[in-house]
Amino acid sequence: MRKAVVYFGVAVFYALHQDFWLWREARPLVFGVLPAGLFYHAAYMVVSSLLLWGLVRFLWPSHLENTATTRE
Amino acid sequence: MIPALVVFAYLGIVLFVGVLAFRTAGGPSNAEEYFLAGRSLGPTVFLLSLFGANMTAFSILGASGHAFANGIVTFGLMASSSALIIPLSIFVIGTRLWALGRRNGFMTTVQMFRDRWECGHIGTVIFAVQAALLVPYIVIAVMGGGTTLRTVSNGLVPYWLGGAVASLVVMGYVFLGGMRGTAWVNAIQTVLFLLFGTIAVAVVGAGMGGFREAVEAMLATPSTAPLLTRERISPLYFFSYTFIPLSSIAFPHIGIFCLTARRLGHFRKTIVLYPICMLAIWLPSVFLGVAANQARNIPAISEKIEARAALAGQGADVSDGERDRLRAQASGDDVILRLVQGYAPVWIFALLGAAVMAAVMASDSQILALSTMFTEDVFTFYGGKVRFGESAQVRTGRIFIVLFTLVAYLIALRVPQSIFDLATQYAFAGYAALTPLLVAALFWRGSTKWGALASTVWTAAAVLGVAVLQAVVPAPPPGGAVAVVSAGGIEVIMRGAAGTTVLGFLPVVPMTIISALLMVVVSKFTAASRPGPATLARYFELSSSTPQPAAVAG
Repeated sequence: MRKAVVYFGVAVFYALHQDFWLWREARPLVFGVLPAGLFYHAAYMVVSSLLLWGLVRFLWPSHLENTATTRE
Repeated sequence: MIPALVVFAYLGIVLFVGVLAFRTAGGPSNAEEYFLAGRSLGPTVFLLSLFGANMTAFSILGASGHAFANGIVTFGLMASSSALIIPLSIFVIGTRLWALGRRNGFMTTVQMFRDRWECGHIGTVIFAVQAALLVPYIVIAVMGGGTTLRTVSNGLVPYWLGGAVASLVVMGYVFLGGMRGTAWVNAIQTVLFLLFGTIAVAVVGAGMGGFREAVEAMLATPSTAPLLTRERISPLYFFSYTFIPLSSIAFPHIGIFCLTARRLGHFRKTIVLYPICMLAIWLPSVFLGVAANQARNIPAISEKIEARAALAGQGADVSDGERDRLRAQASGDDVILRLVQGYAPVWIFALLGAAVMAAVMASDSQILALSTMFTEDVFTFYGGKVRFGESAQVRTGRIFIVLFTLVAYLIALRVPQSIFDLATQYAFAGYAALTPLLVAALFWRGSTKWGALASTVWTAAAVLGVAVLQAVVPAPPPGGAVAVVSAGGIEVIMRGAAGTTVLGFLPVVPMTIISALLMVVVSKFTAASRPGPATLARYFELSSSTPQPAAVAG
């Protein structure tokens, strides 16, 4: 179940990269300088970092470290 | 002249770092120490160096140049999609590479492929294709070095000499310092660019009379307003670019970097902070590139804008030679340097020049990767090390690198394309199409060496096909496109100013999908050649514990 939720979450987030609703409009200018489309993708990167934090926090493959060291 | 001296001083510093790393390691006597820094990089150097290895001439000069001509779309095309997909691929694939490398002593991905699929010469074919696909990436580093030194010296150092100097310095510290020297230089360059990139944005903003005014003026001008939206780019084309970052983990230097971490836990910080580092580099690069369209008071930029307008207006009517001249003049690869030169005090321009040079020289990782691959995957594999000894192994690797860099240098002197287009159409597209090899090797028991060979040969053929097509069908003027193949009233393959599209997608999309299909279909038909249970157990016992990160992102 957890895997399915993660699959779905990553797929939805990947799809959100295609922000067709901001395609032809520069306004509003965020902070007076950043066109909406540029700000959206900058914010997308910040949210990417949060999503990755969640993956690292809750699904970290710590068993790989154990298998890697079994032959050392 | 001062900026050029500062850049040369920086080049001296990185050579010194190479010497320092050489002394720290006690010389390149141990191959694992030289090629993988003894698998001992700590978390901070691992983050900065892995990120620095991806932050190249493409990220700084290519991104700002592309944004200068195409607008804010550049950011969505490469930065935001990469910020998700690159760290995700490090999470899913890079961590496994690390574990397998540490357990089995692999130093290259080809060693892993040979072991995984119990093959020999097919591994050599994969090596050859990987090496050939690195050529465009090293070419753009030479181009970046030439462009940067020519700009900061006001033309005193010609393009050919700048490219040669950058190549020689990179080779110098890579040969001396190996992976440790490369990692240290990458860490320094990342910090340098993050620091002076921020200063450059502030200074250029003040020089332009404020970005707010500049952006409003662009919106009020019909010729520049579209640069602040994505109306000139189709959604299919935009979507295609989400395939490009798949290439990152398939690049040999990134795969090899994944083997250098001391502990698996060092990946954590890299994965989480990667998007933030990308944001800090790409947002200023793209924004300054777009804003440069309003810097018409800088003669060099004004000439570029006029050349672009002439190309768009009369491009179809002028001779091929004149079109090439206009295209070269309109090229925006040096636009960020021109902006800083126009608005910043000379000392800031000098320091930023050094920072850009640092980014340009990220080709160090690729050169070291090539050296590692050649010595391990060819020289050692075919018995050279046993017959001629370890010193001959290192010497042969260096000769290979010199010849390889020389070829890249000669290509860089003649190539007419922009840094951005060259990287995306050949290097990135090719490596994205090789990603199914990694996924199949690590996550699919049913994959076979013949499936791997089919994917690899297809990738080579497809990249070659795109290169030949673009050589045979000249690029139309900006905004135009020529139908090369049509069927049933549908334009299948189109040749545009910036490259080729297939049914509206970049070639990377069909290349990657067909590569994955070939892996599946050919492996199914050659199921008898699957590796034995002992080999499979070595790879898939990694999945026996929970949680299973492989399942996270498929």
